[in-house]
Amino acid sequence: MAFDIYDFTSFNQTIDKALYDNLPPILAMLTEMVIIGVVFLLFYALVGLFLVYAERKVCAFIQNRVGPNRVGPYGIFQTFADFIKLLMKELIPINKADKILFNLAPFIVIIASFMAIAAIPFGKGLHAIDLNVGIFYVMAVSSLGVVGILLAGWSSNNKYSLIGAMRSGAQIVSYELSVGLSMVTMVILAGSMQLSEIVEAQRNGWFIFTGHVPAFIAFVIFLIASTAETNRGPFDLAEAESELTAGFHTEYSGIKFAFFFLAEYMNMFIVASIAATIFWGGWMPLHIPGWEGFNIVMDYIPPFFWYMGKTLVVIFLMMWFKWTFPRLRIDQLLKLEWKYLLPINLFNIILMALIVLMGWHF
Amino acid sequence: MNSESLILFFIVAVVLVGGALIFSSLVPPKSFNPQKSEPYECGIPTQGKTWLQFNVGYYLFAILFLIFDVETVFLFPWAVIMKTGGIAAFVEIIIFFTILGLGLLYAWKKRALIWE
Repeated sequence: MAFDIYDFTSFNQTIDKALYDNLPPILAMLTEMVIIGVVFLLFYALVGLFLVYAERKVCAFIQNRVGPNRVGPYGIFQTFADFIKLLMKELIPINKADKILFNLAPFIVIIASFMAIAAIPFGKGLHAIDLNVGIFYVMAVSSLGVVGILLAGWSSNNKYSLIGAMRSGAQIVSYELSVGLSMVTMVILAGSMQLSEIVEAQRNGWFIFTGHVPAFIAFVIFLIASTAETNRGPFDLAEAESELTAGFHTEYSGIKFAFFFLAEYMNMFIVASIAATIFWGGWMPLHIPGWEGFNIVMDYIPPFFWYMGKTLVVIFLMMWFKWTFPRLRIDQLLKLEWKYLLPINLFNIILMALIVLMGWHF
Repeated sequence: MNSESLILFFIVAVVLVGGALIFSSLVPPKSFNPQKSEPYECGIPTQGKTWLQFNVGYYLFAILFLIFDVETVFLFPWAVIMKTGGIAAFVEIIIFFTILGLGLLYAWKKRALIWE
């Protein structure tokens, strides 16, 4: 079996062929689906648990603490222990809550974030589905999560939850625009919405370097807007602990709460991986023109590590924001989006179109 | 994998949440207490209804969002062909943005973008 950590295309085809040669088509398809489902489920759970641990550690170091350090070496099994604890907790029903919507909300947030990772290219040939509208699909599916948040706040029969959900709705839909428009800026440069083609277009240089000034502006806007879209600090006024207890998930207990928590971290992972894909070249290694030896060494690092490395850098930036900046008020938040980011973004798109038209990009 | 297989991801997500919810509602120990299922309001008994009329500002921003989001949907196909479309695509998007910008300016002048 050809196993190549630099190009998974032939590996996938070998498995596909082996299954279809040895099993009847229906059974082969089912086996394939089970394999993909289990792999992605494990990946999803592991990344989620790792990110929760990473956030606690990063937060601890920024605040000059030690962080979790009891369960396992450096406390790496802390989140596993937390997960088991939450799984064994009683699910408390709430008086006069809308039971159907109350239970539907965790499904929606998890479905939205789990379906979005289906289209993300983790390496060459290493993606579940390579849609030709990939970037558009990720944006569409991941924005469905706001429905779950609104349902959770509305159905809880709790005033804090309702206020949190309303704020969260206004915030997420507003910043959705900036995320979408900064993606449009990069789609102009790439000339495709297919994520694997966008990565392939960055073979001779990542877009943040080759895209001139507008690519950099789009990256900054994307970073701000996606931090706000995932409800993370300094834009976390939907769950402002000091005023709204926990916002939309105040009434959720046990594993339902864990799902909201998991979805928040996975949404962060998704926006960070999109940022890595469209601005930092996805799984493409770093090349500096003229430095032949350096480029060859960089080529030896497998694409998957490049991809995860870039994603984790973006995630670290977002954690750094959360633990450094004070929280915004809602009027400041909406002013930032509608009076600054949106007009800048529209001009940025025209600038990028002009640069692509004149061929000024590198 | 083709795009129909997206249903697989949907099913896996539903199974993940559904399985955990079923496990969590059957296995953990339970105890009943009338005060436990009260909505949390910092310890005091809850007052009045929860589902009240809400600030109209949220509605205003939702409508603005709708306009601009539909516009983003229109922009994506244009962005794909911008490289090959040449000067015609550029002029058309300038016209499109002018109309859109006037709309934003109108909302701005009407003080719709100010949170009160």
